Amino acid sequence: MTALYAFVGAAIVACALFMILSRNLVRVLLGLSLLATGANLLLSLVGNVRSEQPPIIADGQQTLGTAADPLAQALVLTAIVIGFALTVVLAVLVLRAWRAEHTVDSRQVDSAEALGPPQERDPTNV
Amino acid sequence: MSDALLVLTPVAVPFVGAVLALLLRERVAAARGVGMIALVTLAVLSLALFRRTAGGARLVGSVFGGWPQPFGIGFSASLPGAALVLVTALVALACAIYALSDIGPRRRRAGYDALMLAMIGAVNGAFLTDDLFNLYVWFELALISALGLLTLDRRRTQIDGAIRYAAFGMLAATFILLGIGMIYGITGTLDITRAAAALAAGSPSVGSAVAAALLLGGFALKAGLFPFHLWLPASYHTAPVTVAALFAGLLTKMGFYALLLVFAGLFGVGSGGVAAAQLVPALGLIAGATMVVCAAGALAQTDMRRLLAYHVIAQVGYMMAALALSTREGLAAAIFYMVHSIIVQANLFLGAGLIRRASGSWDLTRTGGMVRQEPLFAVLFAVPVLSLAGIPPLSGFFAKLIVIRESFDAGMAWLGAVGLLAGLMTIVSMALFWSDACWKDPRSGRTQRRLPGSALLAMAMLSAATVAIGLAPGWLWTVAQLSAKALGDLG
Repeated sequence: MTALYAFVGAAIVACALFMILSRNLVRVLLGLSLLATGANLLLSLVGNVRSEQPPIIADGQQTLGTAADPLAQALVLTAIVIGFALTVVLAVLVLRAWRAEHTVDSRQVDSAEALGPPQERDPTNV
Repeated sequence: MSDALLVLTPVAVPFVGAVLALLLRERVAAARGVGMIALVTLAVLSLALFRRTAGGARLVGSVFGGWPQPFGIGFSASLPGAALVLVTALVALACAIYALSDIGPRRRRAGYDALMLAMIGAVNGAFLTDDLFNLYVWFELALISALGLLTLDRRRTQIDGAIRYAAFGMLAATFILLGIGMIYGITGTLDITRAAAALAAGSPSVGSAVAAALLLGGFALKAGLFPFHLWLPASYHTAPVTVAALFAGLLTKMGFYALLLVFAGLFGVGSGGVAAAQLVPALGLIAGATMVVCAAGALAQTDMRRLLAYHVIAQVGYMMAALALSTREGLAAAIFYMVHSIIVQANLFLGAGLIRRASGSWDLTRTGGMVRQEPLFAVLFAVPVLSLAGIPPLSGFFAKLIVIRESFDAGMAWLGAVGLLAGLMTIVSMALFWSDACWKDPRSGRTQRRLPGSALLAMAMLSAATVAIGLAPGWLWTVAQLSAKALGDLG
């Protein structure tokens, strides 16, 4: 069961990496979002997901026993929130790029690479 | 002020300032004032914090939420974190003074003050945290505020640069997260000290090797090391120059600090740890390639910002070379280099901004005449240029000397030789840079603009720090050695 989880997580990460290699910026965006999902799945695997016991230390005990590790789940929740925020920021950037260049092909979104004309007026001090 | 409170201030002060600056961003003067007050306060408190820890003491902050260890997230200040917090405060303050003339009302209304303070807070958080997952969170926070700063003007070039920056940054963050998850799976704790002890007690496994590789990949991407350096020269030059100076000074060094913390602290490289031993040869190769490839890349550039961006990475290569030696002295050399490099890189970008202001172009071939027009600037700018090139008696000479001496001492003479080769290319590149911008006659038919005094003051602060390290390197070397001891003793 754990091995199945691990393989599913690895497969998701592999798909995500394949998508990130695409030239289409929307695919890159979806790939990064998928990569975060794969990472979260693998992270939750760390915390013994098979148990259905509530994570409450029994009376008189010092350790948790067989229950799932709540700390790993807290990490996954935090990582989901952070990943969501970053995905939204990247989505906004891709949207701005599409509005400016009318393309999502990363070969054509290259104005930073081209540096622009050297005399281009910088909006310094405006 | 109690120790626990003092440890929290380098994070708390910038974030309180960021919230205030965000609320006041339509009132430009007020936001600017909040930013300045927050950074002056931060500088004073960082100095107090550094004085408390300079002897090698470890100030325990607090564990958030009052959770018992190993469940809580701990915050503490010790070397090298406290020293880096102090240098961060110095660079941030200098950049804020420079920004008085570089960042105008429109950029401030776009949220410059709030984003800058948030980024400083995140950098400080990474320097002070005891918790691996918390370290990841600070990196993400720094990434988000850096993206905001990078796109302040919302120009096409900035959106393009920010997409590259964001895509590589998110990829790196996910690798870091996976690595941290594996460390948690192996050791059952996220506290760096406890995890290091658990790794040192256990035998190396496939899991720890994979975790080390993932963390190396993630943090090397953040630090801009070869072969993951391509995003950096493709994005830094699009940012406003004050922001580029902050990025160049702080962000790659934050990535390298995390590499130090993970490899020297967590895996015990340099103090006999074997959990990441299989990766140590790779560290040397990465370092050598970074130094040579990026110093050569800088030689090919005429755009000042891009030239300096290549040098930023080449310098991280020297730090990586020091780490790759895996000796206690090597770690100290890396920390010495880091302090020197943060100050010099920020100063170089500030200087490039002033050359652009005077001559109207970022292209070196179109600049010139700074010696005659602005002799004070030419002197102030010569300090970081000569320091980066490694000319005595400035800080860069001692930093390079220590790294190369230690690599010969540690039996990795080839790495020292590569460092010397890259150093030669740096000297050529910097000599061309300074003589093009300062010595050459300016283009005819163009009146040069005067430089603002506040910007020169900012450069003077950083140049003075560089000269001070150069005149009294022994003091910083002692701090660096105590830092290396603190890192090595974690496990």
